[in-house]
Amino acid sequence: MKHFAELLDRLSYTPARNAKLRLLADYFRAAPDPDRGWALAALTGRLDFPAAKPAMIRGLIEQRVDPELFRWSYDYVGDMAETVALIWPAEAGANRAPELSEVVDRLTRAGRVEAPRLVGEWLDALDATGRWALLKLITGGLRVGVSARLAKTALAEMGDASLTEIEELWHGLTPPFLPLFAWLQGEGTAPAIDLRRAFRPLMLANPLDEAELAKLDPADFRAEWKWDGIRVQLTAGGGEARLFSRSGDEIGAAFPDLMDAVDFDAVLDGELLVARDGEIAPFNDLQQRLNRKRVTAKMLQDYPAHLRVYDILLHGEDDLRALPFDERRARLEAWHAQTAPARIDLSPLLAFTAWDELQALRGAAREKSIEGLMLKRADSAYVAGRPKGPWFKWKRDALTLDTVLMYAQRGHGKRSSLYSDYTFGAWRPRDDGGEEGEELVPVGKAYFGFTDAELLELDRWIRANTTERFGPVRAVKPGLVFEVAFDAVQRSTRHKSGVALRFPRIHRIRWDKPAAEADRVATLEKLIEG
Amino acid sequence: MAALKPESWLKVTARGLYCAPGDFYIDPHRPVGRAVVTHGHGDHARPGNRAVLATPETLAIMRKRFGQDAGGALDPLIYGERREIGGVGVTFRPAGHVLGSAQAVLEWQGCRIVVSGDYKRRPDPTCAPFEVVPCDVFVTEATFGLPVFRHPPDSEEIAKLLTARAQFPERAILVGAYALGKAQRVIALLRQAGYDRPIWIHGALQGLCDLYRDFGVELGELRPATGAAKKELAGEIVLAPPGSLTDRWSRRLPDPLTAMASGWMRVRARARQRGAELPLILSDHADWDELTQTIREVGAPEVWVTHGNEEALVHYANSIGLRGRALALIGRGEEEQEATAAEETEEARA
Repeated sequence: MKHFAELLDRLSYTPARNAKLRLLADYFRAAPDPDRGWALAALTGRLDFPAAKPAMIRGLIEQRVDPELFRWSYDYVGDMAETVALIWPAEAGANRAPELSEVVDRLTRAGRVEAPRLVGEWLDALDATGRWALLKLITGGLRVGVSARLAKTALAEMGDASLTEIEELWHGLTPPFLPLFAWLQGEGTAPAIDLRRAFRPLMLANPLDEAELAKLDPADFRAEWKWDGIRVQLTAGGGEARLFSRSGDEIGAAFPDLMDAVDFDAVLDGELLVARDGEIAPFNDLQQRLNRKRVTAKMLQDYPAHLRVYDILLHGEDDLRALPFDERRARLEAWHAQTAPARIDLSPLLAFTAWDELQALRGAAREKSIEGLMLKRADSAYVAGRPKGPWFKWKRDALTLDTVLMYAQRGHGKRSSLYSDYTFGAWRPRDDGGEEGEELVPVGKAYFGFTDAELLELDRWIRANTTERFGPVRAVKPGLVFEVAFDAVQRSTRHKSGVALRFPRIHRIRWDKPAAEADRVATLEKLIEG
Repeated sequence: MAALKPESWLKVTARGLYCAPGDFYIDPHRPVGRAVVTHGHGDHARPGNRAVLATPETLAIMRKRFGQDAGGALDPLIYGERREIGGVGVTFRPAGHVLGSAQAVLEWQGCRIVVSGDYKRRPDPTCAPFEVVPCDVFVTEATFGLPVFRHPPDSEEIAKLLTARAQFPERAILVGAYALGKAQRVIALLRQAGYDRPIWIHGALQGLCDLYRDFGVELGELRPATGAAKKELAGEIVLAPPGSLTDRWSRRLPDPLTAMASGWMRVRARARQRGAELPLILSDHADWDELTQTIREVGAPEVWVTHGNEEALVHYANSIGLRGRALALIGRGEEEQEATAAEETEEARA
């Protein structure tokens, strides 16, 4: 438990991806089996202890600590698990600290009566960091900034494997992953798995460089709309179905309406959307369904899930990935016609003979739910990763606005001495009635998107124009205009302005432009979709 | 013990704690005629007093920091010696906080009040250890006066630092530490752990490190970080005042891994606020267990709490049958601001 606790502690404070990878890979190399396998399960959200819940922890601490002192402490610390971990009184003559595997093993089998006793004993034996890690582990949600994909990347780094290989295997493996670690350490062959349950790493597209278009023959390509939903893989076979996000995380539990409609044997690549009567809803509607642990009947009714399919990877036992796109498309259409599944339709191919025809289509597509176009070579096999050449995404032109810098925040890691994270606003009439003139209200936040020289210049400007400081954040006087590019405008209850930009990025700094000439909130409101 | 109430001769005033029969203040935060100063941190030792009684180490620190403004008559008093001021006996006993830090033991008409200043109980290679002085009234700080503050063993924190250095040999390990006390303690603890490479320091730390050495504290080889070539600092430990961690100064270091040495690092939200990638829980203040242990050991029926999380410690004192009282002194607990100011001065000079 000690090493796992140290790992979580370091991860929770380490902002840089590469540094996290090193911490993870070093841990996986050094920790023994099966501890490291359980750690991997914990990091990738594959552990659950139904007998241990937050209320139980509260009960344990109430028996041990003066309630007044606990209340002051909790007020100060602000996090229940952390407060308990810190305030837990040391127990002289406690048992030795448990290993991670021991915790997992005993707690999985424990009932609701035994669990509090076990946890109490362990808390007695661990130090503060160990207690914190134990409480995070058993109450779910480690929140140390590690995605399943990052953990898998660390595995690839630890062994001599590729991320693709690990992702292919991942969903066929179970904790504590002994064959996986043996293979990664060069002691054995890749674990054998039931392929029907596996996630196949996705084929990804590169952004289209329009200057290159002239060199490409339109006859070699097929075009589809690029839908504004989330990319998913639906894996169905042997009476079981799974839905994976593009990173290989399982998200099916949040979409029972879609999953209940699945009764076939195929692996499909498509876009998860919300659709009502065949009409695709804006992304904002889909967002209501994402990252939900529990789904209410009302959510299912208000935001019905829909899958728009554009590729088929497996049909029955046939792996179609090596076939050219056109042949896969024919198989996809035949499969769809034959199966006629509910809530699943096909993303249509767009007819065109010349690039300017397609360009016109793209230019005209301003409606919600379309982000642009996808171009796919007719002869392209389905290859994992992001190969250069076969697939392109051709997003519709971003919208731009002139906004005013309001707050700047220090970055992390290499950028911790630089103000590299910006909140910008637009003008609107003051709403306090009495006063004349206009006020700035925030409309979005974006990270640095400049060269190092620009970043330094910007950093200097921010330091010289600071009006207030709150920890890592500085408020600046309204004097610098950012041209911000974004994909869409949505209503927002979180922003004071009532609007939020989707995918905002800072396009350029308008050193020349007076702040008063930046855009108004009213201009943004006209762009709201849906 | 005299029937006279202690608060009738040691009072809280706008300038600080005032001893009426001796006509002196303890750690006044505005200039006064006569000051008794417990230690050199800026929230206790301030410039401009006409007369100052302090340990020789504390006076040296004040001279270093304030130059001509350190005070009029600087009167050194070594640990254990007694001085009479207006009939009040004043003795210094080590407080274990930083070099020269003292508890002021005041005796008047058979009553003994110990004003402990800031203190800690665990061993510190850079200063004399805290001595328990039995008394009638114990005046204590409560910087970490909540039971969530239990500092782990120093050796574990230093081990974290050395592990990070081994794990990231291409990065500089930048440790934020207050210029007075913490910086020298971190260096001394690293030496105790067997780390014998040169340690690189920010210019704002140089003067006080020299002073510690003059008083016989071994720090090993120190080098100025400011002139060093960037690649020279890969895999090296660099110390700087906390304010420099996130400032432009740190850009001279190769991909710095930022550590911060402070008792506040125990609480995650505080560590994040500081931007620490490696929080080191190293404090020169007593933690909850040390505070409560000390209160029990000095045996005073009355405990006055000066600054920090007073209410919890007062609550504790009352719960074990003592009379606890919060003093609410102004201007305490600002070591952090002080360190930032020192660093900015240094930057302005460079």
